[in-house]
Amino acid sequence: MCLAIPAKVVQLKEGDQALVDLAGVRKEVSLALVEGVRTGDYVIVHVGYALQKLDTREAEKTLALFAGLAAEETA
Amino acid sequence: MKYVDEFRDGALAKSIAARIVRAAAAGRRYHFMEFCGGHTHAMSRYGLTDLLPRNVVMVHGPGCPVCVLPVGRIDMAIELARRAGVVLCTYADCVRVPASEGLSLMKAKAQGADIRMVYSAADALRIAQEEPRREVVFFAIGFETTTPPTALVVKRAAELGMANFSVFCNHVLTPSAIAHILESPEVRELGSVAIDGFVGPAHVSTVIGSQPYEYFAEEYRKPVVIAGFEPLDVLQAVEMLVCQVNEGRAEVENEFSRAVSREGNARAKALVAEVFELRRVFEWRGLGKVPYSALKLKERWAQFDAERRFGMSERNVPDHKACECGAILRGVKRPADCRVFGTACTPATPMGSCMVSSEGACAAHYTYGRYRSAA
Repeated sequence: MCLAIPAKVVQLKEGDQALVDLAGVRKEVSLALVEGVRTGDYVIVHVGYALQKLDTREAEKTLALFAGLAAEETA
Repeated sequence: MKYVDEFRDGALAKSIAARIVRAAAAGRRYHFMEFCGGHTHAMSRYGLTDLLPRNVVMVHGPGCPVCVLPVGRIDMAIELARRAGVVLCTYADCVRVPASEGLSLMKAKAQGADIRMVYSAADALRIAQEEPRREVVFFAIGFETTTPPTALVVKRAAELGMANFSVFCNHVLTPSAIAHILESPEVRELGSVAIDGFVGPAHVSTVIGSQPYEYFAEEYRKPVVIAGFEPLDVLQAVEMLVCQVNEGRAEVENEFSRAVSREGNARAKALVAEVFELRRVFEWRGLGKVPYSALKLKERWAQFDAERRFGMSERNVPDHKACECGAILRGVKRPADCRVFGTACTPATPMGSCMVSSEGACAAHYTYGRYRSAA
């Protein structure tokens, strides 16, 4: 129920709508709940609405943390 | 998929798990409740339980909105759907939940009720626009993720001056459920459910932020780590919880920083506050009547409130006697402890709600773990 997936905004449309791309699948969703979204941004999509912008820098930081831990593990 | 696949890397999962094994002190047991069904599902699907040391035990929580909706509310929805002229629009998750007299929304639909599955609240509004002679009711369920979209469609219906659209509101609140569990006799007095910390909600927190959990960390001295729904997120959160317990800390930490801030989504929260207010009490399957744990439409939007519009009355219906969903939702029992699990109750023939939703503890265990525990 609370599942949501990150999708890339490929085109902004009228009335807070946007076309997003999910691994090749394109779907129109609403951006009415989020502010300042631009083409190329990733948003967390849930029941047809973007709930939040995905902070790609934070995502990279978390991945770097995992990788750093893994490097430590094998060292 | 970008920002999904990277968080499912098996080699990295093993290295995080190895760190958990090292961090967990041999002489003690750690019990963490994963509140969300999304976490329960990820743990079963990716076999994360097998990666954890034996002294780190995960307790399934009640965070599955389909599972916690009591039979009475489904009965009310069916009764409404059977009225002449009514179209009931529902998220697909709800259609197979068992109701009274062997019914479900799916069976009521087969018997002729006009029940339609929608992907989004906006779809329900569109149906109302396309069919002005029908009374279109949106069966609104869910935690804080689905509530802002419902608020938006109510406001939109008002702007459009629609006279044939309403919402049967069943939106529930995560923090109230966590508080209820922490106050429950099983946790406080009987000690039959041990909880040393929580894996906090992912997408609910994108909306409400991490701030609402600070109370639990401070007041109950329980660490909370907000985590995404991918397997590496869950493992990382468990490691962070083990470290907090070891160091005697009880803080709110945020593993899902790529989507969650302390404040959450201000626009969504403002919309919800504009359209909804707290119910004094709401019944949850498993938890019983929980004060201030659900929302209803404010007086200003009364004409869009299906309960008032159709004079719907509250129904209290007990669960099937053999079904242990209630105890499972409270963390008191596990799916395999239920005597109908996997026999009379399966995903194809569910007797209880936890076997219906893919995030339900029973469905997750049946789909991914039932042979593992038998081995």
